Amino acid sequence: MKADKSKLKKDKLEINSRTENLAEIRAFINSAAAESGFSKEVIDNIILAVDEACTNIIKHAYKYFPDGKIVLSLKYDKKTFTIDIIDYGNSFEPGLVPNPDLKKYFDEKRVGGLGMYLMKTLMDEVKYVSVPGKFNQVSLTKNINSNGR
Amino acid sequence: MAEFSTSVADKGEVSTIYLKGFLDAHTAPMLENTFSGLIDNGKYSIVVNFKELAYISSAGLGVFMAFIEKIRENSGDIKLSTMSDKVYNIFDLLGFPLLYEIFKTEDEAINKFKETKKLES
Repeated sequence: MKADKSKLKKDKLEINSRTENLAEIRAFINSAAAESGFSKEVIDNIILAVDEACTNIIKHAYKYFPDGKIVLSLKYDKKTFTIDIIDYGNSFEPGLVPNPDLKKYFDEKRVGGLGMYLMKTLMDEVKYVSVPGKFNQVSLTKNINSNGR
Repeated sequence: MAEFSTSVADKGEVSTIYLKGFLDAHTAPMLENTFSGLIDNGKYSIVVNFKELAYISSAGLGVFMAFIEKIRENSGDIKLSTMSDKVYNIFDLLGFPLLYEIFKTEDEAINKFKETKKLES
């Protein structure tokens, strides 16, 4: 247990719910992931998944209210990279969001829902916990195999 | 942080939008404005050059979805060109190659418009 604990690295970022902060969020994930030794491709995918999660929070949980809190906590070792993202906005039922059918989206001129699909595709696990009126948490996990991919 | 910019060049009847930097939920409205400006001027034959685009999220992809119907209704199209593998992979994951023509070079995309025009005339 002790050995595992010493290898586990943690970092945290607390930021307001503004789209202008997405660049800082990406930079935060990038610098931590760069230390982890993952391949650039894996790091790029993690960054995009986190961007999508935070964009959804800004749009849907906070409905563009600019001063909501978003708290990103990440922990990683050589095999697993996990980001927990907490917000205190409106709760949300991920089960109600179907995987997008792009052709149907095109016909119906719908442009939402793509972000969640990307998150599920790019990460190994996407988990939601929501306590209405208190907080929402989405946890994104990527497992890394021995070649860093 | 100005991390995204667009510029437009007209080549004959085709307008090319050049993208540079990071296209996300914050910068997507800038690209929307660029498309709106072209449409307001009756320009519906549009090539998008991705050569200097470093990053795209679904908010950026949504811009292409938002304008394609109106543009095709006016006998135009949005053709995409010069994507890095990283950007192409995101388009591919979401099935965009079925809905949009994607070319290796800007010239190929422009020529496709010209060929289509010839066939119609």
